[in-house]
Amino acid sequence: MGSALPLGDPAPLDGLLPPSAAERTHGHPFGVYLHVPFCRVRCGYCDFNTYTSSELRGVKQVDYAGQAVIEVGLAADVLERSGVPHRPVSTVFFGGGTPTLLPSSQLIQMLRAVDDAWGIAPGAEVTTEANPDSVDAQYLADLAAAGFTRVSFGMQSAVPHVLQTLDRTHDPERVPEVVRFARDAGLQVSVDLIYGTPGESLGDWERSLDSALAMEPDHLSAYALIVEQGTKLARQIRSGVYPEPDDDLEADMYELADARLSAARYEWYEVSNWARAASGPRAGGAAASGADALTGPATPTSEFRSRHNLAYWQGHDWWGIGPGAHSHIGGTRWWNVKHPAAYADRVLAGHSPAAGRETPDNESREIERVLLLARIRQGLPVATLAPDARQQVASLIADGLINGRAAIAGSIELTLRGRLLADAVVRRLT
Amino acid sequence: MSPRAVQALQPASTDPALIRNFCIIAHIDHGKSTLADRMLQITGVVSDRDMRAQYLDRMDIERERGITIKSQAVRMPWQQNGTTYALNMIDTPGHVDFTYEVSRSLAACEGAILLVDAAQGIEAQTLANLYLALDNDLTIIPVLNKIDLPAADPDKYAEELAGLIGGRAEDVLRVSGKTGMGVEELLDLVVASIPAPTGDIDAAPRAMIFDSVYDAYRGVITYVRMIDGKLTPREKIMMMSTKSTHEVLEIGVSSPEPTPSKGLAVGEVGYLITGVKDVRLSKVGDTVTTFQKPATVPLKGYSEPKPMVFSGLYPIDGSDYPILREALDKLKLSDAALVYEPETSVALGFGFRCGFLGLLHLEIITERLEREFNLDLIATAPSVIYEVTTDDRKTVTVTNPSEFPGGKIKSVSEPMVKASILAPKDYVGTIMELCQGRRGSLDGMEYVGTDRVELHYHMPLGEIVFDFFDHLKSRTQGYASLDYEPIGEQEADLVKVDILLQGEAVDAFSAIVHKDKAYAYGVLMTERLKKLIPRQQFEVPIQAAIGARIIARESISAIRKDVLAKCYGGDITRKRKLLEKQKEGKKRMKMVGRVEVPQEAFIAALSGETETKKDK
Repeated sequence: MGSALPLGDPAPLDGLLPPSAAERTHGHPFGVYLHVPFCRVRCGYCDFNTYTSSELRGVKQVDYAGQAVIEVGLAADVLERSGVPHRPVSTVFFGGGTPTLLPSSQLIQMLRAVDDAWGIAPGAEVTTEANPDSVDAQYLADLAAAGFTRVSFGMQSAVPHVLQTLDRTHDPERVPEVVRFARDAGLQVSVDLIYGTPGESLGDWERSLDSALAMEPDHLSAYALIVEQGTKLARQIRSGVYPEPDDDLEADMYELADARLSAARYEWYEVSNWARAASGPRAGGAAASGADALTGPATPTSEFRSRHNLAYWQGHDWWGIGPGAHSHIGGTRWWNVKHPAAYADRVLAGHSPAAGRETPDNESREIERVLLLARIRQGLPVATLAPDARQQVASLIADGLINGRAAIAGSIELTLRGRLLADAVVRRLT
Repeated sequence: MSPRAVQALQPASTDPALIRNFCIIAHIDHGKSTLADRMLQITGVVSDRDMRAQYLDRMDIERERGITIKSQAVRMPWQQNGTTYALNMIDTPGHVDFTYEVSRSLAACEGAILLVDAAQGIEAQTLANLYLALDNDLTIIPVLNKIDLPAADPDKYAEELAGLIGGRAEDVLRVSGKTGMGVEELLDLVVASIPAPTGDIDAAPRAMIFDSVYDAYRGVITYVRMIDGKLTPREKIMMMSTKSTHEVLEIGVSSPEPTPSKGLAVGEVGYLITGVKDVRLSKVGDTVTTFQKPATVPLKGYSEPKPMVFSGLYPIDGSDYPILREALDKLKLSDAALVYEPETSVALGFGFRCGFLGLLHLEIITERLEREFNLDLIATAPSVIYEVTTDDRKTVTVTNPSEFPGGKIKSVSEPMVKASILAPKDYVGTIMELCQGRRGSLDGMEYVGTDRVELHYHMPLGEIVFDFFDHLKSRTQGYASLDYEPIGEQEADLVKVDILLQGEAVDAFSAIVHKDKAYAYGVLMTERLKKLIPRQQFEVPIQAAIGARIIARESISAIRKDVLAKCYGGDITRKRKLLEKQKEGKKRMKMVGRVEVPQEAFIAALSGETETKKDK
């Protein structure tokens, strides 16, 4: 099922972190990710760690929230025993799978457990992913009342044949409706789109962009479809049912998205993510930018970027709850066992569900830092680059891959061409 | 008749009348080594307990490929009608690349066993060696081998052999090297029909070197056939071509392990060891005499083996270059025909330009380098020697397209060969088509037996070295065999085609081709490279050019997308590992100007294995 876990060191059953973890938290914000590993149907392109009812080997969805709550308690205990200073939670993110397959009461139960364990900071961002066909007005109102601030809808496309290829079951007409429900409930709204689906034309993509923009979401993510090994889609492409993805068409689609979104006053802040521009001049600006300027306290009218995702990219700390979830605390990364049945066994026995972990060395940490921050608009200060990487800056400007003004002002900002060639830029900077 | 002699004759004092010197002429796979094994066993020189398959083939590569690269000589006792004889079997290389060594081996014999597979019939290379044997006035004993095979058709091939060398089909001996059937009769026939050697025991000593091998422990071992006089241990000998002198540290016969003796006399075959470390001081074909009583006239014809085919050999891992140099130095000790000099290529780094006797020689050397020295190598397209005369009347010898002079060319001459192709008659049409496409002109055609044809062509060697044999085999389902021999040079309308990446010539792909084929070569290579080179951040033109004139052009459009849209949620580890893998891939890239070319692309383009390129 889905992508394989990384190879790492064994993780201890008591979950205790190495001493370095406590030393390296640097007072970064702390987030919690809660994975809900269930879907009604598995989409052909998806390699995430999720299961349909037939794949669950006797595990019951209804028992899951209780198990996640046990891990939350274990997490609080492990952090304390490992000497990691206590921090209230700045961001919470429910992802999947399909979190909204669970009743709202169970999502709320898990959120309460997080609050009980660490406390949720004032102004915290609390997001859930949602499928347009698994929520209604009441459901969203319940979440908002319980402290959720944001919902991210898996819209993917507005075009029926594209949705069909992706195995998405929702009716595209349903999306504007649920977006309205969410807004009425006082939630920020993000929509996810996928481009580059086999058979999708540039015109199809334009239609999806237009439909998404007509809903005036606060935030929009546009991901190129990645054909992951082991998925049904990969098999279909191998056997010739669908053509290979066309990088040039995908580049056209990205450029179109950027043009449309910019015109509608959305600003890119990460290679695949755009947020609605604040009504006034942007706070901060180029010169003041730096890693931490991006995740200051949210002011609901001026900040629509996903602070939880930014925390991943900026190397902050988060605990991932649930099967297959990844965590990072003070330089140590770990990942939980993948199958919900194995996960249930571990947490019910009072053991850490971690399957493996690693504490990357300085060189690897620097690579991670550059590869993540370079993708964020002005996320990577030039001054923090190693001497060899700084030598590359001038040629990156000359090749039209990074913005010269921003570089002179002190940070790396990919140009439109640079965003499409971001991996090449990162290879030159690492 | 007792098959095994009770007491073998002593070297140095054997009456020439009791000596028989013979060789076995056979095609690869026709069972020569197996027959030799049986002879060793039946004459008792190798006990059943010590017997191993292909006893005489010393190199792994010889055993595996079923071919003999270096010659060997074995002395075997054999008794007939109460008289004991000494039979010297001189093993010869079977392949045409080693024609010179073959002819020296033949010159050491009075007779030859012509060994032919009873299921396959004679092959082109065997015919070539048979011509050589007849040319040396050797007595031929035709023998069909493998008659135990179900597919054997001895009647048919006995007719074929009789038709070739005269005589009657029923006189062709039938043996099985595998079971030993008929081998004793064959040994009797060797004694009965091959003439004894003649020579003057009192004349100044003359011995012909027919092989020279390097042994890591003993230095060079020189195999000789005594023509006149006698050589003894501790004697000071002289090589007639170089006048160099050496002391004989050991002299003896192979039986089949080296067995020191009191000397070698007229008609005998054996070895000498002088402590020399380099085979070039003991050359095949040279005449050995003594310092005290030197002969005045050397034996017939000594000629340096001339390399005919050239190729650049490069280590795939550049840091292996010193190992390659050492390996070539070592192989050179035992292979006087191998020549090489350092060469640098933009595409392939540091390597050596090597000269070979022919394609098989190239293949064997490459394989030995890879196997015995654990090297991964890439070989550039084989080239031949061109003589290029410029307008200002200067002549340049070109063994590498990069040496081809610029400016106006007056003429280019290329080596020609006489090629003989033997194949079942059904394939004549397709073979003629192939040969004409390779600028061959038909000299004649004759039937061998009832259903096989031998075609004679006049062809440029350059056409043969460029995958001709592969095409011949595939067009004839493997049935055709090929032999060729050089017959001088001929002027031709040849040009150098360069392949340019973003305006920079890639030396490894330059080729000297006939004018009429330049366009096809240009199109082939530009298309191949377009498929193999990944897209870059800028457009990359790929051109084929003769001098400044572009004859073919392709272009690789700039890459527009090189980014993974998603960071896989919190799984940063996976993203980092992907990047590290990408960076690892980039490290293996070679730079041609600003263009990054994966090493595999060069290798694939040179070998013609065109797969689709990897995107990242």
